[in-house]
Formats: sequence, structure tokens, C-alpha cells
Amino acid sequence: MTEALLEVTDLKKHYPVRAGVLRRQVGTVHAVDGVSFALGIGETLGLVGESGCGKSTVARSVLRLVEPTSGQIRLDGEDITHLSKTALRPHRRSMQIVFQDPFASLNPRMTAGDIVGEPIAVHGLAPGKELDARVARLFEQVGLRPDQMGNFPHQFSGGQRQRICIARALALEPRLIVCDEPVSALDVSIQAQVINLLIDLQRQHGFSYLFIAHDLAVVAHISHRVAVMYLGRIVEIADKDELFRNPRHPYTQALLASVPIANPLAKKLAPLVDGDVPSPVNPPSGCAFHTRCRFAMERCKTERPALLDAGDGHQVACLLNDGTGRGR
Amino acid sequence: MADKTDLVLDVKNLKTVFFTNSGLFKAVDDLSFSVRRGETLAIVGESGCGKSVTALSLMRLVPDPPGRIVGGSVALEGTDLLALDESEMRSVRGNRISMIFQEPMTSLNPVMRIGDQIVEAVRLHRNISSKEAQGIAVEMLRLVRIPEPARRAREYPHQLSGGMRQRAMIAMALACRPALLIADEPTTALDVTIQAQILALILDLQKELGTGLVLITHDLGVVAQTAQRVIVMYAGRKVEEASVEALFAAPKHPYTRGLMASIPAVPASGVAAQARLNEIPGTVPSLVRLPQGCAFAPRCKLAIKRCEAEYPPLSDWGGGHLAACWRAEEVAEVA
Ligand SMILES: Nc1ncnc2c1ncn2[C@@H]1O[C@H](COP(=O)(O)OP(=O)(O)O)[C@@H](O)[C@H]1O
Ligand SMILES: Nc1ncnc2c1ncn2[C@@H]1O[C@H](COP(=O)(O)OP(=O)(O)O)[C@@H](O)[C@H]1O
Ligand code: SF4
Ligand code: SF4
Ligand SMILES: [Mg+2]
Ligand SMILES: [Mg+2]
Repeated sequence: MTEALLEVTDLKKHYPVRAGVLRRQVGTVHAVDGVSFALGIGETLGLVGESGCGKSTVARSVLRLVEPTSGQIRLDGEDITHLSKTALRPHRRSMQIVFQDPFASLNPRMTAGDIVGEPIAVHGLAPGKELDARVARLFEQVGLRPDQMGNFPHQFSGGQRQRICIARALALEPRLIVCDEPVSALDVSIQAQVINLLIDLQRQHGFSYLFIAHDLAVVAHISHRVAVMYLGRIVEIADKDELFRNPRHPYTQALLASVPIANPLAKKLAPLVDGDVPSPVNPPSGCAFHTRCRFAMERCKTERPALLDAGDGHQVACLLNDGTGRGR
Repeated sequence: MADKTDLVLDVKNLKTVFFTNSGLFKAVDDLSFSVRRGETLAIVGESGCGKSVTALSLMRLVPDPPGRIVGGSVALEGTDLLALDESEMRSVRGNRISMIFQEPMTSLNPVMRIGDQIVEAVRLHRNISSKEAQGIAVEMLRLVRIPEPARRAREYPHQLSGGMRQRAMIAMALACRPALLIADEPTTALDVTIQAQILALILDLQKELGTGLVLITHDLGVVAQTAQRVIVMYAGRKVEEASVEALFAAPKHPYTRGLMASIPAVPASGVAAQARLNEIPGTVPSLVRLPQGCAFAPRCKLAIKRCEAEYPPLSDWGGGHLAACWRAEEVAEVA
């Protein structure tokens, strides 16, 4: 990997579960439970995992939209975990986010042009006339026509609305764009348009993406490296090609086997796991995957596997290490 | 072609329209297809192309107003459902033809125990004691592989996980052993490992019970892994129909080709980092203002003058591979 833009170390975010009239704490949601990764300049790190595994919480913690319970977030080497609002302000510019639902994240009463120009205006980066010209350029960059600047969000299709969100994220020339399921709500033909746009923009501007999706194929397509999460932890992380060619964690293997391949001659659906993801309120002891793992051993119930290097920057958190029963 | 008696469902020229503030439009236009016993027919297409309205039309559940079935026939085991009165239809619905939805709470009652709901569904159509029906309910929950079925039968829907609720809905839909099951995006809201479990379950049960299955999805991967035949819809019309093997080997319609090229594949070994995807330009047209000719023409790379003027007929390109495109013959070479 190149120089790290973002370094996350042992990030935890726990939420109290309260019940009863006294709102007494009856449990803890282990939304993110010890996540570490680094993201290089110009790199895309894909974060996959099933719903509730903590992907969005990681994203929001990185952007300091939620306060982490513990751990460290470094941007360009500087620890931003505990920076005050004012001290954080210059960093806010360099980190932007694009959400899944472009409609919910756009103010219906603002024109598309004002939405895209707002961050530039707020940061006082372009006076009057110049602002319009910059917004027009941003519209062109994301494949919208500048003559649509006066239109309101409802006058755009879903894919176009996502382009507006992307233009707004680009406005402050960020170094990191967190994409939280940016294409999950779009039809396949539109999804392809937005993925291509994101790839093209990265090639032009050289920023980094933390790209979250539950669709492995989408993540596989856009990422350089991929991290797989399960119940608040990263269970495997590797270069994209390596991860898909040589998945080592039993959960990653199960995820891959579950993806329906668009080829009737390719092997049939093989569910390699039973049951549902357990609740993060009282996650299973030891290896959190042991309740669904084909290879689970007695010690998996008590020993928590650490994320260890398995060579070539491929890290796996499994007591078998290679997931095939061969042991370490 | 199969023996006529083997046909569970035979839909001919179905047409369903909506009367809305922005005008009248045909959500389903001149749609014909059939399903054999034990066969899975997939209906695939992007949102708004008329998949759910097709399903609701088969069930005679199109909300009226604003919708209405204005033409065609829907023959289930030889009986035209569109000719039945509502009370006759009620005795067929949930009995000979059943439907499952993306969101299980569409068909589950939140304030009734799971087991009681199945009992009610069964006793609506079969003259059996409540005790017998309870036995069937537990048996159905076991069939859909819900652990501890007798205990689960006494629980309410909210006490089950998403995947388990989906199973309970399937149990209810199959309790009367229908001849035809319609599954409208049954796994779209589920995580991929749960999707694999539910799809495998539906296919197993279908094989076991010999049910005909209409599986509606927007996911070509799901089509490839489950169906024998497939219909591709665009703007309310069937634009292509084929066996899955034929469709994936050589799609005839430019829209189908475009869809296939735009899905990212889980990479095999050695795939380069970050390839661009093929995209279909533009967006799905509004049904209220459809072009006069081929509805796909504004987005089609192959469009010629004729496409804008005349709607292309569905032609058979051999072996029951149908496509509605003026240039279907050339698609493989030029696209
Ligand atoms: N504000 C919150 N309060 C309590 N629990 C939360 C909160 N936000 C998220 N969670 C819980 O944390 C877990 C992880 O959520 P999330 O990060 O949204 O997962 P993902 O994005 O992977 O679907 C889930 O169980 C979720 O219910
Ligand atoms: N109750 C309704 N009232 C008005 N229009 C409807 C209604 N239900 C569906 N439609 C319209 O009919 C068309 C087809 O919808 P649908 O069958 O739900 O599409 P999909 O293929 O996504 O399932 C869409 O344009 C939709 O907006
Ligand atoms: S540590 Fe044990 S339970 Fe966890 S993934 Fe490895 S083999 Fe399975
Ligand atoms: S009929 Fe013409 S516009 Fe329509 S799909 Fe065929 S080539 Fe394209
Ligand atoms: Mg999320
Ligand atoms: Mg639908």
C-alpha cells in the first residue's frame, strides 16, 4: 500500500440498551467492536458484511458524526479522534460522505445548484459569480447538465439525485469520500452508471474511497482492497484479487458462495451457513461466528481470534487461519 | 412444447391499466406466458416495468381504482380466473394460487400467532378440525425448516428474525399445496447468506410439491440460479423470453444484452482492479409518455428510424426464444 491517508486503530462504538421506566441499562450493542484498518491515498477500501454488522457505524465514526467509545482515528497522521468542533473544521472539508438514499439526504426545498454550492458558500470559498461557475463545472463532472441547476430534487431520477450528492461531496475537493451503500437503491443499469462515475472521478482527482456495500459484486468491482465485517469486527482483509481468489475466513467463503452468479452453467447456489446473524447485543463468546461456522471447534467458543497476517497483506481472524481445517 | 395438461398457468394478452392524475397508462401490456407443473419461470426487469402489477393481476388483487385489468385471460389449471366472480376467486386465492412478497409483513398479521394464521388459512379452504389444521401448521413450519416448529407456532411475527418471518410466510402460502406460487422479489430485502437459504428452500419445496413457480426479481443472478425459463420486461411489455441457458448464452434483445453487461460479476482470479462497467445510457421512460415505437429506442445503440415509428413484434428466433426487436437477428454481431 501507498502512504496511509486514514488509519483506524481498535475502533469501538458501543450503545447502551435501556429498558423499563427507569431506563436502566440492560445490555450493550457492540455495534463496532475493535476495528483496525488503513486506507492509502487514491485507494478504495471496500467494506462488506450483512446488515447490522457495523459498516455504517464505522463510516460515521471515521467522519466523527458519532463519537467512538474508544480507539483512534488518524487522518494524514494527525489524531482526530478527540478534536473539538473548531479544531475538526479544516478536516471536515477533506472528508465527505455519500449515502444510500439520495432523496432523504437532499433538502427538497433547495435547488440542485444551491445544494451543490452550499458547502462552497459555507466555507466562503467562492464569491457570487464564481460560485455559479464552480457549481456548473461540478454538474458537468458528474454528468448533469448545468441548465438543471435550478431544478428541485424531485425533478430528478434516482440516479441523477445520487449524482447531485456526489457533486456536493466533490465541491470541497475532499481527500476522502465515504460512500455508504451509494448504489444499493438504484436499478442495475443506473447502478453501472454511478459506479463508472465514481471510478472516473477517482482517476481524475486521486482521492480515496471508503466504499460500503452489502453487494459483494459491487464492492469487488470498485475496490482495491476489501475488508469483510461480521458482528462489529473485521474478520478478513486483503487485496481484492487475493480475497476473491483465496478467501480464507469461513464467513467470507460463505458470503462468496451465497452470491447468485449470473450464469446458469456456473455452480448452483450453495448456502454454506445456516441461520441468521446473532444479535450484537450479546454477541457470541469467543469467535462471534462460531454459532454458524462449518468448521467451529470447541475452542472457538472461548478463544477470540485476532486479525493476524497470513502473508501478502492478507489478514484473517480465524483460529484455523486458512479456514480449510489445515490449521496454522 | 409440453403436453397441454401439464400447464398450470396460461396467461394470454394480459393488459392492466392505471387511471392516474398524470394520465392513463398500461402497466402491463399484451403479456402472454405459461408455466408448467414444477417449472420455475422468472420475470426480470428494472423497477416500474410491471412485474408486481403482473403478479397482482394473476391474483386479481390489482387495486381498483386506480387500476383495472382490461383484457386477456389468466387460465389456472384450465379455469380463466378473470371470468370468476369475487367469491369464486376467494376460494382459489391462497388455495390453488398463492403469493409471497418481499416484505413478509404484507401477508402476516402482526397481532396473531404464526400457527393460528396458518390454521386460519388452511381452514378457509379445507373442511378440517382446528386440531388437524394445527398439526398441518406445525408440519408446514417444519417443512420450511424453522427450528422448534411447535414452539415457534405459538409466537407472534415480531418475535421472529427477518429470515424466519420469510419462512413463515412461505409456510402459509404453501399450506394448501397450491398449483402455482408467485414470489415477488422474495429475497430482495434479505442479506445474501439468508437469500441463498430462502432460494434453496423455495426450490426444494417446489420440487417436493410439484408447484409451478413464478419468480419475480430484478437480479439476473437469481434468475440464472433458479429458473428454467425467463421473461424480460421493459415498460410493461415482454421484450424477450427464452430458456435461461439460451438467454444467458445469446440474449437477442439489446436491453437484455445491456442489462447483462452492466452487472458487476464477482471476479474470477486475475481480474484487473477497477474495470469500468458497460452502462445503458438514460433512464426508464415514463409509462404515461411512451414513445410510439420501441420503448427502448431512446436508450438503444442500435436504434434505426423504423424503431421510433413502429413497435417491433415478438418473433420466435428458434426453440421458443422470443424477442421484440427489429434488429434482433443482428444483435450478436453489432452490439
Ligand atoms: N444510534 C444507535 N443506537 C443503538 N444501536 C445502534 C445505533 N446505531 C446503530 N446501532 C446498532 O448497531 C449495529 C450496527 O449498525 P450499522 O452500523 O448501521 O450496521 P450496517 O451499516 O452494517 O448495517 C446494529 O445492530 C444497529 O442496530
Ligand atoms: N396502485 C398504483 N397506482 C398507480 N400506479 C401504479 C400502482 N401500482 C403500480 N403502479 C405503476 O405501474 C407501473 C408498474 O409498477 P410495478 O408493477 O410495481 O413495477 P415493478 O416492475 O417494479 O414491480 C409503475 O409505473 C407503477 O408506478
Ligand atoms: S475461529 Fe473457529 S468458529 Fe471462528 S471462523 Fe475460525 S473455525 Fe470458524
Ligand atoms: S427495436 Fe430498435 S430500438 Fe428497439 S431494441 Fe431493437 S434496435 Fe433497439
Ligand atoms: Mg448501513
Ligand atoms: Mg415490484
